[in-house]
Amino acid sequence: MPGIIKRIAGPVVFVYGLKKPKKNYIVEVGEEKLLGEIIQIRGDVSIIQVYEETSGLGIKEPVYAIDKPLTVRLGPGVMSTVYDGIQRPLDLLEGSFIGKGEKTSPLDLKKKWFFIPESNMTLGTKLQGGEILGRIQETETVENRILVPPNVHGELKELASEGKYVVSDNLARITNPSQDLELPFYHDWPVREPRPFKSRILSNKPFLTGQRILDFLYPLVEGGSAMIPGGFGTGKTVLNRTLAKFASTQIMQMTLCGERGNEAADALHSFLKLTDPTTGRLMIDRTSIIANTSNMPVAAREASIYMGVSIAEYYRDMGYTVSVMADSTSRWAEALREISGRLGEIPGEEGFPSYLPKLIGQFYERSGRCITLSGLEGSITIIGAVSPQGGDFSEPVTQYTMRFTTTLWALDTDLARSRHFPAISWRISYSQNVREIAEYLKKEVAPDWHEYRTRISTILQEEEELERIVRLIGKDTLSETQKGLLLTAELIREGFLQQNAFSDEDAFSSAQKSYRMAKAILLAHELIEERVQKEGLLVDPLYEEQLIEDIKRLKELNIDGIKEFTDQLPSRVKELKF
Amino acid sequence: MNPETSPTFRYKTIDSIQGTLIFLKSIFNVSYEEIVNIYMPDGQVRKGQVLQADENATIVQVFEGTHSMERVETEVEFTKDVFRVGLSEQMIGRTMNGLGQPIDDLGPLFVEKRLPITGAPMNPVRRTNPEDFIETGLSVIDGLNSLVQGQKLPIFTLSGMPTSEVAASIAVNSRVLAEEQELDVIFVAMGITEREGRYFRLKFEEASGANIAFFSNYTMDSIVERILTPRVALTFAEYLAYEKDRNVLILLHDLLNYSEALREISSAREEFPGRRGYPGYLYTDLATIYERAGKVEGKPGSVTMIPIVTLPNDDITHPVPDLTGYITEGQLLMSRPHLKRDISPPMNPIPSLSRLMNEGIGVGKTREDHANLANQLFASYSRGMKLRQLASIAGEDSLNDRDRQYLKFADIFESKFINQGDTRRTIEETLTIGWETLTVIPKTDLNRISKKFIDKYYPTEA
Repeated sequence: MPGIIKRIAGPVVFVYGLKKPKKNYIVEVGEEKLLGEIIQIRGDVSIIQVYEETSGLGIKEPVYAIDKPLTVRLGPGVMSTVYDGIQRPLDLLEGSFIGKGEKTSPLDLKKKWFFIPESNMTLGTKLQGGEILGRIQETETVENRILVPPNVHGELKELASEGKYVVSDNLARITNPSQDLELPFYHDWPVREPRPFKSRILSNKPFLTGQRILDFLYPLVEGGSAMIPGGFGTGKTVLNRTLAKFASTQIMQMTLCGERGNEAADALHSFLKLTDPTTGRLMIDRTSIIANTSNMPVAAREASIYMGVSIAEYYRDMGYTVSVMADSTSRWAEALREISGRLGEIPGEEGFPSYLPKLIGQFYERSGRCITLSGLEGSITIIGAVSPQGGDFSEPVTQYTMRFTTTLWALDTDLARSRHFPAISWRISYSQNVREIAEYLKKEVAPDWHEYRTRISTILQEEEELERIVRLIGKDTLSETQKGLLLTAELIREGFLQQNAFSDEDAFSSAQKSYRMAKAILLAHELIEERVQKEGLLVDPLYEEQLIEDIKRLKELNIDGIKEFTDQLPSRVKELKF
Repeated sequence: MNPETSPTFRYKTIDSIQGTLIFLKSIFNVSYEEIVNIYMPDGQVRKGQVLQADENATIVQVFEGTHSMERVETEVEFTKDVFRVGLSEQMIGRTMNGLGQPIDDLGPLFVEKRLPITGAPMNPVRRTNPEDFIETGLSVIDGLNSLVQGQKLPIFTLSGMPTSEVAASIAVNSRVLAEEQELDVIFVAMGITEREGRYFRLKFEEASGANIAFFSNYTMDSIVERILTPRVALTFAEYLAYEKDRNVLILLHDLLNYSEALREISSAREEFPGRRGYPGYLYTDLATIYERAGKVEGKPGSVTMIPIVTLPNDDITHPVPDLTGYITEGQLLMSRPHLKRDISPPMNPIPSLSRLMNEGIGVGKTREDHANLANQLFASYSRGMKLRQLASIAGEDSLNDRDRQYLKFADIFESKFINQGDTRRTIEETLTIGWETLTVIPKTDLNRISKKFIDKYYPTEA
């Protein structure tokens, strides 16, 4: 007996008479069988959020319970497919516009994959969840390690031999005292449940982005979590795209949550063409995209964040380093607010539900480095974009997120307006990961790496204080040494922190290159300061010197060029005339 | 009559009347967003739409408002259909009300198709990148913040600005450059005054060559209708673009009025408000309007959108412009200082931005030097503006000769390039004037323009 619709208000539907409804289990709503999820149970009434447009849905229409929670289907073919928030492959939907009630298998059911079983897998082996049964080359870059689903264990009775299979073919038969299971090449996982792993481990490797201000001043640890808040027009989209392209990660999961359709289309089209700088293969081969744009159903936007992170966990469990870029988590929070409002819940701050901070915390907790169930090391780094209302960082989503992430990359409207890109503010941004990764960078980049970071950061801080004095009593009161510091600060801002995402030479800066640049700028600072203090060289005329212009253009050189430049610096500073 | 079998059963079960909403009980069958007919005892018939479907708490918003409505004798009939608009190519050149029905005296329309106004979301993987230039005839837009087919680019305006003049000029003067292609313009008035509306209609009649369809919902008209008006017009735009292969430019004026109507209905429903009393779903709601701009694979047509938003108290962080900015692809900003200097249009290119500009300009689209020239004008004007500010604090004496050249450039750039009065300029004319203004600053300072373009386009002495 199906349930019967009692009330429809936007994406929220009240249903009578569902038999033994289970919270977070899915249902098919109405004659068109729209996908929905039970989000509350009040007496005989189940409250359902519907993942599709409810316009035209009538009361008294039937609602059918499906005996499973909202799941994501995980198997070969997930990589490089573009899904909507409820895992429909957008490429396979008919027509230019998304119709209602369309059902499409998340995985290609006809595609044949070449499977190679693990050589040490013999029949009779006692298997635990998460163990690797074999391998399939999923894309040119990504090898899919076919896992025993995390919640399955038992004795291996049958295993597919080397050969070609479709995903629904039998992979293995596993038995235990209570079950006899035929496993296909995919499994379903409830999206709201974090996938299990053996243990968390500390990470000391940086998550390098190729962006100087991030890697050098506010580094993120692999397996950490960062947030990028920014008002509109601060370059969030360009930064996200740059990170997706250059970040040191094996798998990139992009969740486009409630953002622009043209942007999603552009991301997709460019990933189909761009090559990954580390492997030389197409970007799309290591990228999974979920696109639930702002005008697509709001409940699916809520689900899309979980869909994305579950896919990331699936690849982590194979032993990969995975990144999740969620853009924008504010739109997800707004979806929660909208649904909460329709349920008539008493709101917390600014109409957001009072459980929002908890959910934000639980989402970022799915990041981390760990030993997987099969004993491999894998990690998930989460980078969440936040769109603060009115560019005001005191609003709830920004504030809640700050508490659960370790690194803040704050985009600043004033910097963007003065065309300083990436418009990441050194006043507000911070990283709590510096200590964790210091040893690694000292070893891999340079032993004195950390001192240069401190020096750069201090000069920027001192500039801020000097600027305050200049504003109050004018530039004339500054000593020449102080003026020299302002000059260096300008070199740091324009020559080091600014980075052109559209330039071939500058879009990506290796940790070594960033270090060399910092070193060159600070050496110039010392040499100039020495002449200023000992010989009375005046600072103001220096702004017109070719040397200053050359330092600002260091970013266009490669590492050898920068080394050569650094070697010449002492003589070039000596040549500066009064 | 049995309400379960008879489609024309009329309920007399209104429970309460609040604002523009009526609440009904004992309803046997109702669908979400269904259209209803309301029969009043005095013979009037009104229309409404279901906001919440529930046996005992169905909420209907009444298009014409609930003024003088009676509770006990009024009858409500459910039509079993969502709101549809009758569409016809003949709507171009005609004036319609906010629901798409003609209100000029040119007779009825021949309706070719009736479509639901909600519109399904465009599949993002089927979108194609906007990349074709639209010439609006205004240098400050065409030259520095170009509009591209399929883009949504709002105008953020302020009270006291000549918004109508600018909007009418864009509506009348916009063209696509490709040969044998035309641009159809849809103008949507949402909550503007009848006086403003009359100005637009007059301007459109004067420009008899323009293909303009006019949808009007004025201040005095129903706020429920105001919620539907942009959707009605967008359904028409999509019909033209994707079924008739036309390029459409749609102007929506003013989204602030629209959002206030949405807020009014939300508060009548006693929903918990978000910022400044606007409903929490304002972002989603605006997105279902703005995201209908675009282009799709395999179809030559396009929908380009210019929403107009008034910033209350000149505040760009107000929820309506703020959320708009997050969804749209840039913004064009009107400016009070420019108005005071009598610059027409009073638009400031510096805080304005067209995110898709680079896709739509250059070789084969506008001209090879466009991007370089725009960059240079932008940088030089920005420098001039900063010096102007400095001069106003420290006096012009504090500036050197080079600085003064930039001050002069800023003046000339404003009076010759941005300011153009009522004239329409082609992109060629815009670029030529741009080059002319640059002769005020040293030629050696043109570091944003590649040398080959300087050699080719730098004005020779007259």
